[in-house]
Amino acid sequence: MGLLDFLKKIEPDKKKSPFLHTVYDGFFTFAYAPNTVTKGGVHVKDGMDLKRTMFTVVIAMQLCYVFGTYNIGHQHFSALGMYPGFLEGFHLKLVHGLIKLLPLFIVANVVGLGIEFYFAMKKGHGIEEGFLVSGALIPLIMPPDIPLWILAVAVAFAVIIGKEAFGGTGMNIWNIALLSRVFVFFAYPTTISGDEVWVSGFESLKAGMTPVYGWAHHLFDNLFSWGNMDTFSQASGVGIVDGFTGATPLSLASKGGWTAVTEVYTTKQMWWGTIPGSIGETSKPFILIGVAILLLTKIASWRIMVSMFIGAALMGIVLNAWGATPFMEVPWYYQFWMGSFFFAMAFMATDPVTGASTNTGKWIYGFSIGFIGMIVRVMNPAYPEGWMLAILFLNTFAPLMDHYTIQSNISKRLKRA
Amino acid sequence: MRVNKLTYLVAFLLFTIPLLAQSGNGNSILSTSFIVVGIIVVVGLLLSLADNLMQLEAKKNNLDISKGQFSLFPSIEEWFRKKKPASFGNAGYINLTKGFDVKLAGKAEEKLVPGNAKTFAIRPKDFIGMSPIPKVTVTVGEEVSVGDVLFFDKKRPDVKYVSPVSGEIINVNRGDKRSIASIVILADKKLKYKSFKVPNVEKSDRSEILAFLKESGTFVSFNQRPFDTIPDDDVVPTNIFISTFDTAPLAPNNSFVVGNNKDAFQKGVDVLNTLTNGKVYIGLDGRKGGRASSVFADVKGAELNYFNGKHPAGNVGIQIHHTAPIGTSNKVWTITVQELVALGKLFLTGHYCGERIVALTGSQLSENIYVNTYIGANIGELLEGKLTGNKNRLVSGDALSGKQKAPDEFMNFRDDQITVLEEGDDYELFGWLLPVTPRPSSSGTFPNFLFKNHEFDANTNTHGEKRAFVMTGQYEEVLPMNIYPQHLMKAILTGEIEKMEGLGINELSEEDIAICEFVCTSKQPLQSILREGLGMMQEQG
Repeated sequence: MGLLDFLKKIEPDKKKSPFLHTVYDGFFTFAYAPNTVTKGGVHVKDGMDLKRTMFTVVIAMQLCYVFGTYNIGHQHFSALGMYPGFLEGFHLKLVHGLIKLLPLFIVANVVGLGIEFYFAMKKGHGIEEGFLVSGALIPLIMPPDIPLWILAVAVAFAVIIGKEAFGGTGMNIWNIALLSRVFVFFAYPTTISGDEVWVSGFESLKAGMTPVYGWAHHLFDNLFSWGNMDTFSQASGVGIVDGFTGATPLSLASKGGWTAVTEVYTTKQMWWGTIPGSIGETSKPFILIGVAILLLTKIASWRIMVSMFIGAALMGIVLNAWGATPFMEVPWYYQFWMGSFFFAMAFMATDPVTGASTNTGKWIYGFSIGFIGMIVRVMNPAYPEGWMLAILFLNTFAPLMDHYTIQSNISKRLKRA
Repeated sequence: MRVNKLTYLVAFLLFTIPLLAQSGNGNSILSTSFIVVGIIVVVGLLLSLADNLMQLEAKKNNLDISKGQFSLFPSIEEWFRKKKPASFGNAGYINLTKGFDVKLAGKAEEKLVPGNAKTFAIRPKDFIGMSPIPKVTVTVGEEVSVGDVLFFDKKRPDVKYVSPVSGEIINVNRGDKRSIASIVILADKKLKYKSFKVPNVEKSDRSEILAFLKESGTFVSFNQRPFDTIPDDDVVPTNIFISTFDTAPLAPNNSFVVGNNKDAFQKGVDVLNTLTNGKVYIGLDGRKGGRASSVFADVKGAELNYFNGKHPAGNVGIQIHHTAPIGTSNKVWTITVQELVALGKLFLTGHYCGERIVALTGSQLSENIYVNTYIGANIGELLEGKLTGNKNRLVSGDALSGKQKAPDEFMNFRDDQITVLEEGDDYELFGWLLPVTPRPSSSGTFPNFLFKNHEFDANTNTHGEKRAFVMTGQYEEVLPMNIYPQHLMKAILTGEIEKMEGLGINELSEEDIAICEFVCTSKQPLQSILREGLGMMQEQG
């Protein structure tokens, strides 16, 4: 137990440096499961704890990270009309993706965890694991080129106002990750909506614009040229091809319906996710693998997922029947091919803290998200996607659903007496 | 029932819409579908009305409609309800789908030997609702017989607490604020019994039998729910419940423990029938591979129900919930199998029976067997020579709801099991992520589902730190009751008395909620929260 002794030796004093001690405690309990034993209640406890729960969710979204990294690069080179094949320029796509994604991840986590640590110290409790998942989700729901300071402000807003003000992990009303996104959405709308923001590495997406590369790209260029591979400098003179807009399928659909979408993207592309969009949301099969992990480990509620699907499908059918605009006429099953329905279903709606907590409530909650989210997506004239707003909206009403579920249980019991 | 019907309607509507959407073309779909929906709603309403009228008529004629016999709509339960195995005969059968079995190593094999314990103690603290300083009627050095009074509560002098063995009083231990902690008796090799004059069960009325039970020290065998207290004087229990099997980890098998005490058990049930105006309910082991002794299954004068399910299906609280639930005003009594046999023996022989068969369980013992001893046995003496390892936790009771004890302490009054577990006070490198040793868990993140019958060598580590409530639906998954445990816990923590009552706190006791505490991801101390809530309810009256 050499490592353990060493870690015990460097433990900072709790009184003299409370912040250091809090941070130390956070990392120590991460490395070593503590030696506390049960006292007073049950003598044997389940091996499951919050760290493991949260980590499983993070594991479930890892494929979204891998594919998201690739897709940032893929979209970048598609704009230039280069490397259309999946494996062509693979290293460049990955590296470009990493250069874009890594700073987002680091900023989101440093800001978020820093605030968490500070509040944990102030309140004198251990560091809670809630932000593990939020910090992993936030980069995935952002556009790749979002300015880092905006991200930092958004995360700080979400964690301080959305979470710590309510009492920390387990007490928040709104989903932290979505709160940070909605903050950007309303405070800096140009960075997160429109057709221009989903493809990274350009100042604007006009035809003929050349990509902007930084020092990190050049650093990797040295490596690639040494290995006799394609380099970024080969692409730096190439301009954006004519006709490329960077528009997402949803934005196409809102203007011209399903035909407008299929003119640009094939259904296969939309299914596999080689389309512009927020970083982690595009690839349906990889998200569904995450869904499978969450369902098999029973960490996420299948009730919410199923009911949300039913709700969205039902509203899609109703809109089909209505058919007032081209967007409404998009076949309801193709609505799932576009946008971030599956990502929202898997990782956002199933948040146990902000969702409904009773089983009946979960059915209503999931169904309402699907139903209302589809309305927002199709009927909102400004912005063709609805899950973020629908989930935050239903987060607000989740306690109400629970309240009535519980009241019915209570009145049934009182009636029996 | 109502909800089911509505569900059919809604489901039917949902399925018709896509069908309509695919046929037909363009704008006419909307209007057609509205018409169709309208027709369906009208027909549905008519059917529902007819159905309700039929049920009203049935109710007027005093027919039982609880199982949906007079409904036009089939009940979902009826389709999916598990069929009752034929061997259960006329007894009821209740299949519980929720629950979780904590499988631990160290189950007692069915072998009964005399126990080693020489000293025994009765602890006033074991009886909830008793004042902390009872009137002790014996002094150190005094000789007592089995059934001699040791102490009584000054508020209720007629309810006696008696000695389970004969011998010399060797200690009257005092605890905080001069309360009486325990009265210790060194047992004789050959027991001397005090003889009681037994009333005739058939001819005596309830008050005579009650007075006799109080005088003989048997009255305190009863547990009154809600709150798990000694029964009140003025209470006539709505019903009396006995669970004849225990699903707790490593729990003793009552079908083995009861042996051939058929007459005593039957006598006990006869006595119970004089105490209540309602019924005596007996819960039997209906699990696959379970066994209900003929002592239980052939008893007369009781309502029998077989229960199938995982822990806590064997808890009497769960069984009450599914047979005749406790309301806000009524009270019920419960009694354990061994205490009921002792009660029966008292009426058969006139001697107080303090015998107790105890299962010695847990992986830290060299042999796991049943021993024959008496109530309140000294734990160290009982386990002498059987302990292995040096970091042990001794538990009087099961691993979920038992109480931790030092080797020189005594078993609790009602316990019929000792569990010895390894203390888990070790740090574990990445223990939360990659556990080195297998551990019981209800979570799908452990590969436990591959080893369905593995008996875990669990220790007492908490496997994580206490957190706020984060996960939802976890408790509901393991508690087979129509109760929202997490909301109840929050109501207790915020002190909302009315909500607590409405959410069914009166139906719960610590042993029922223990399995929720086991699975809790946030490591919340649910049993102590519940006891706090029960305390609040008791104060309210």
